[in-house]
Amino acid sequence: MQNQEEINRLKNVVQQLLDEAKQQGASGAEAAFSVDNGLSVSARLGEVETVEYHCDQGIGVTVYFGQKKGSASTNDISADSLKETVKAACSIARYASDDAYSGLPDAELLATEFPDLDLNHPWDIDAEQAISIAIECENIARGYDKAISNSEGASVNTHQGTRVFGNSLGFLQGYQSSRHSLSCSVLAGSGDAMQRDYWYSVARNAAGLESARQVGEKTAQRTLARLNARSLSTRQCPVLFASEMASGLIGALIGAISGGSLYRKSSFLLDTLDTQILPDFVRIHEQPFLRGALGSASYDSEGVATRARDIVSDGILRSYILSTYSARKLGMQTTGNAGGVHNLTVEPGSNDFAGMLKLLDTGLLVTELMGQGVNRVTGDYSRGASGFWVENGVVQYPVQEITIAGNLKSMLRNIVAIGNDVDLRGNIRVGSILLEQMAIAGE
Amino acid sequence: MPLLEQVTQSILAVNGLQTQDIDRVMAALLSVPVDAADIYFQSSHFESWSMEGGIIKEGSHSIEHGAGVRVVSGDKTGFAYSDRIELPILLEAANNVKAIVRQGQQAQRQIEVAKSWPQLYQPLNPLKSLEDQAKIDLLKRVDSETRKLDSRIEEVMVSLIAAYDSVLIANQDGSLAADVRPLVRMNVTVIMVENGRREQGSMGGGGRSDYSFFLENDRAFEYGREAVRLAQVNLQAQEAPAGNMTVVLGPGWPGILLHEAIGHGLEGDFNRKGTSAFSGRVGERVASDLCTVVDDGTLVGRRGSLNIDDEGTPTENTVLIEKGILKGYMQDKLNARLMGVKPTGNGRRESYAHLPMPRMTNTYMLPGSSDPDEIIRSVKKGLYARNFGGGQVDITSGKFVFSTSEAYLIENGQITRPVKGATLIGNGPDVLTKVSMVGNDMALDSGVGTCGKDGQSVPVGVGQPTLKIDGLTVGGTSV
Repeated sequence: MQNQEEINRLKNVVQQLLDEAKQQGASGAEAAFSVDNGLSVSARLGEVETVEYHCDQGIGVTVYFGQKKGSASTNDISADSLKETVKAACSIARYASDDAYSGLPDAELLATEFPDLDLNHPWDIDAEQAISIAIECENIARGYDKAISNSEGASVNTHQGTRVFGNSLGFLQGYQSSRHSLSCSVLAGSGDAMQRDYWYSVARNAAGLESARQVGEKTAQRTLARLNARSLSTRQCPVLFASEMASGLIGALIGAISGGSLYRKSSFLLDTLDTQILPDFVRIHEQPFLRGALGSASYDSEGVATRARDIVSDGILRSYILSTYSARKLGMQTTGNAGGVHNLTVEPGSNDFAGMLKLLDTGLLVTELMGQGVNRVTGDYSRGASGFWVENGVVQYPVQEITIAGNLKSMLRNIVAIGNDVDLRGNIRVGSILLEQMAIAGE
Repeated sequence: MPLLEQVTQSILAVNGLQTQDIDRVMAALLSVPVDAADIYFQSSHFESWSMEGGIIKEGSHSIEHGAGVRVVSGDKTGFAYSDRIELPILLEAANNVKAIVRQGQQAQRQIEVAKSWPQLYQPLNPLKSLEDQAKIDLLKRVDSETRKLDSRIEEVMVSLIAAYDSVLIANQDGSLAADVRPLVRMNVTVIMVENGRREQGSMGGGGRSDYSFFLENDRAFEYGREAVRLAQVNLQAQEAPAGNMTVVLGPGWPGILLHEAIGHGLEGDFNRKGTSAFSGRVGERVASDLCTVVDDGTLVGRRGSLNIDDEGTPTENTVLIEKGILKGYMQDKLNARLMGVKPTGNGRRESYAHLPMPRMTNTYMLPGSSDPDEIIRSVKKGLYARNFGGGQVDITSGKFVFSTSEAYLIENGQITRPVKGATLIGNGPDVLTKVSMVGNDMALDSGVGTCGKDGQSVPVGVGQPTLKIDGLTVGGTSV
């Protein structure tokens, strides 16, 4: 369901910007215009806490004068402001250096097919209804067990937006999309033993959200499971990343094989194309055309066609993640990844979560990571963690105030197994990941 | 009052509004009994320039403006915003948000908003403080001077950004407060290679000033020298140790310890709700008696400073911990009212499109009496951490992390060799009770901090003297 009228309204503004850029002497230009409307409500302790109405718009333009480039943006779409914005971009381009690699994408790489990806499902819900869902969800979490002692509340968010992109090569496309979520966070215990956890569900179509009951119960269960957590002694042991943590591990890999890190030589996976970077059972591929998925798109943020393709197969790196600019810097061709990846999928293995715990046997299950201790240049990895100590495939007790450390290069090579308990709530789709060994620091 | 006139002109008049129009929107908000209401107008100009591979690669410029309309009744908040500063739109927003009020008290006059306050920074437009050509020349000079420092340098990246932010805050008591907030920042990153090993070093700084800040005291070039020094150190770094050990933190930016370990846990919203590990602990000992920690939004020109917060309350120097005893929390208006205390000028928001909440400004520990060298000499075996990347905290369990970017082993009272970056993890409510020595070398950071909370980013500062902590978990790989 796409409102063509609204898309056309935005297209007209983008075309005006492109025309203005040409008028002001630019040899090339690209522009994007996005509008987003939304409602967020939160409830705490059984009553509404906040009601927020969102209404955002933003427009951005990049101009080229030969090989010089400048960008500008604004949220004011009056005719005067558009003119001023183009002027600001042109003024910057005059001061920028000639950069042999800068410029619009090659025309033949621009997307020409625009299948309906089923991304737009506005949620017909008003504040009162959203509040009652949030209250129900929080009530379920709070009522789940006597040990639930306090709450940070539950919230319902719904957003719907329109995005149009065009360039001076004649590309001008737009689409609408929606995104809804339900989340909850509660506390258990008191004083020094207090713990908090959360759960959320997110989907393009509200019908695909977990119910208030599911989210509330999961929130309560996750919070209760953390009570009486202790530290571990310093040791080496196998580590199982729960699926919601595994996506961060894959995210670090994606960062290291992205064009920007590669041409700046700030990656621990420099010059690894066509070499083994993962065990031979690992396949990672991109699925841009999944209907209704969170990361679907038929073109990237430069208008280049996206492609379903393997990034890693048999553990061998088959393709970097490139935009037009980074590809030219590396003497390659863009992979349609300006702005990021589209439903990056790690092929699931045969074990469910219980099977992965059995494989772990005795070691650490990580369910939360803290801090940013990942060095993309060297691959050195050291982060705060909490989770559970597991023996013989059975969870023994919760752990906290520990760190896990290693080097991503060897961590990736030493993946033992990947689960089929895939977390679909993000743009990276991966199950739990078992690593042979990491260094644990604790009390 | 020139500042108020300047801002009224630049935000209201250019959009065809007058102060009477604010009264009309406020009247719509106050047609139901509420505890508080405000309208936050904002106009922001921003630019960035970046250099890499020896060329000026990118520049961008943005202008945004808008207004946020809020009503508060008890602990309930209604909020709407628009990027169009037009009367009919503001009136519609007012009518939408007041629906949250079902019953409530009569609107009360709360605090006297000061009509004037100290100017901690000048209402300058940093974007216009240098000609564009001069900005380019500065970047190029920093790039070329930095590249000369070491033959192992493979890449240098230099960035320069400036923001010029004007805000106008109308409160339900009829007061109007205005602020013009410049902010600049510069950053230098180098990548260095030796024998196939590749390491990075990064340094930057800034404050509420204009671009001349970087020309004073050779600051811009000093960032380059420091980035090179850090990369050089990292090229020598070996595996970091793993386990619990004595940790000495250097002065300045390592104050991120205070921001994560205690700062967030002392924000009023968490404590009103009882979700912080520090809830209900005012008057209790939470640190050794060597520790006095403040949050001070009144420092001249600092990145975290504000003349007034985003609710129009003048900022303060708030004592959080005095000689180890917890004294109080950082408050915005809503949480102060519900807890029956005074707002402390910590009500901040990322922009007109975000709700204010209690946030830190510049959080630091006052100096002690120990000589920093004496602190190092007192450690038989431990870690000396001089620079850090980011951090994070779970305010409920109190567990916090921060990651070193420059650290050394201490062996028999001597700093011996550099070790790789490692995450340190501790427990907020007791980490400061293990502080056994505090240096006399208190320093503030160079002006690079950005704090995230509930998806909102605001600029902040930190600082501290050299500190010795008797036991913190170091997350290295050497078990």
